[in-house]
Amino acid sequence: MAVSKRIVLHFPPRLVNRPIVYRLVKDYDLEFNILKASISPEEEGLLVLELRGNRQEYEKGIEFLARTGIKVQPLSQDITRDEDRCTHCGACVTICPAGAFVLNPATRVVSFDNEKCIACGICIAACPPRAMKVQF
Amino acid sequence: MKTISEINEKIKRGQAVVVTAEEILDIVKEKGIARAAREVDVVTTGTFGPMCSSGAYLNVGHSKPRIKLGGGRVYLNDVPAYTGFAAVDLMIGCTALPDDDPKNRAHPGEFIYGGGHVIEELVAGKDIRLVATAYGTDCYPRKKLETLINLKDINEAVLFNPRNAYQNYNVAVNLSDKTIYTYMGVLKPKLGNANYCSAGQLSPLLNDPLYKSVGIGTRIFLGGGTGYVVWQGTQHNPGVPRTEGGVPRKPAGTLAVIGDLKLMKPQWLRGVSMQGYGATLAVGIGLPIPIVSEEVLRYTTVTDADILAPIVDYSETYPQRKPDSLGEVSYAQLKTGKIKVQGKEVPTASLSSYPRAVEIAQTLKRWIKQGEFTLTEAVAPLPGVESGITFKNLEDRPIVE
Ligand code: SF4
Ligand code: SF4
Repeated sequence: MAVSKRIVLHFPPRLVNRPIVYRLVKDYDLEFNILKASISPEEEGLLVLELRGNRQEYEKGIEFLARTGIKVQPLSQDITRDEDRCTHCGACVTICPAGAFVLNPATRVVSFDNEKCIACGICIAACPPRAMKVQF
Repeated sequence: MKTISEINEKIKRGQAVVVTAEEILDIVKEKGIARAAREVDVVTTGTFGPMCSSGAYLNVGHSKPRIKLGGGRVYLNDVPAYTGFAAVDLMIGCTALPDDDPKNRAHPGEFIYGGGHVIEELVAGKDIRLVATAYGTDCYPRKKLETLINLKDINEAVLFNPRNAYQNYNVAVNLSDKTIYTYMGVLKPKLGNANYCSAGQLSPLLNDPLYKSVGIGTRIFLGGGTGYVVWQGTQHNPGVPRTEGGVPRKPAGTLAVIGDLKLMKPQWLRGVSMQGYGATLAVGIGLPIPIVSEEVLRYTTVTDADILAPIVDYSETYPQRKPDSLGEVSYAQLKTGKIKVQGKEVPTASLSSYPRAVEIAQTLKRWIKQGEFTLTEAVAPLPGVESGITFKNLEDRPIVE
């Protein structure tokens, strides 16, 4: 069975220059799409990938990454809401493609379900008080 | 019936009966209009949403040596302020942007920081960077000033909004085949969503549709402090079509309001960024309505089902100033989360915060109950339907040299 997931990889400085992603393609037959890549001033590397392939190979590939010392996170955990800034206007509700915002019909309070979030980032700039944050 | 001064006497004794525009609905259902009008003294309303015609004027005090900021250039946290007044009076508008903001050069722009954010930070008690250049005079010799200012140290800081609290508003949709970025939020192509912006049955002017209660001088909840209505807002347009109950079926009345920024709270004055459109300020406003007659009470029983708003296409109709509307919907329909437009089911979202509107109405209710806030008699009425005011468009004329 095929899987396709969005993940965040944190590379420690010693691995920044190693061809890790290449190994995912060659050894595990996975396809990837780079969504974001950056190197911090401390030389820590960050890569946001969409990774596709056979489920078993995918799991093995993730294991391989962990073994090499790369921290792997599902992307959804990286979008958070600053509860102090959210005004519960509701502008995000129809914008989010994943239905991660749910409006309580009685109180009109908007809740954010991190589990449903696919971290597309659309809400970041669409939220007027900028309550939605990407955390890397 | 009661007069406003009688109600104020009750407020001072801590005996006033105060309810919100939501709570009054059940009370009237239970007791009927006549009894409710006798028993209830005040109905409170509230709204919290982006209101672009908002700003603040400041008197920052005189530096040593003195500088004449008037006629010079002033930036507050890089956002330009208006200096066309006396030496140290400034005005900052909420949609002002730093000169180096990329704006919409990379569309849609982010508009992360503007005048509204400066106002929010000022109210939050944060230091604000003031950078000024002036031309220098005999009495005001200084030409440059770079300093921090703080709300508590400056002479005056006054929120002064030429247009707030719109009575009803459009429902915005997009008929085109690309996403558009508007002051009504992000609108997805081909009727992908519909955005509205009103507190509906809690909204100040929808509970006083014919301006029988509100007028010049009315004391209100403004930005977490108290403020006053000083005039009708710009674009005040009372003559639009109305329902039998007097509720406008289009954007209609507006308020110009003023209040001491030093008594306000950042929670109720929030700098916001409309992607692809600009920066602005979300303002919290609450209007108390003294129940001096059954008629006034009846207006406060308006429900979301009674308020109709026009559906307007923002890809073509709005920008080209065409008159067409795609139909009307009630706020009750909007709040179900979907409406039908051109036979298509369209998900709805709000830009105005209903939970915050409820909080404002509740806060105002508490202030009045505790005797901290008394009601005012209007000094003069706002222009009503009979004023004959019409909404004017700008028809451009060629400039012949
Ligand atoms: S758009 Fe932003 S402020 Fe509005 S409900 Fe969503 S997260 Fe909260
Ligand atoms: S990042 Fe995308 S999926 Fe996640 S909440 Fe925002 S809009 Fe929804």
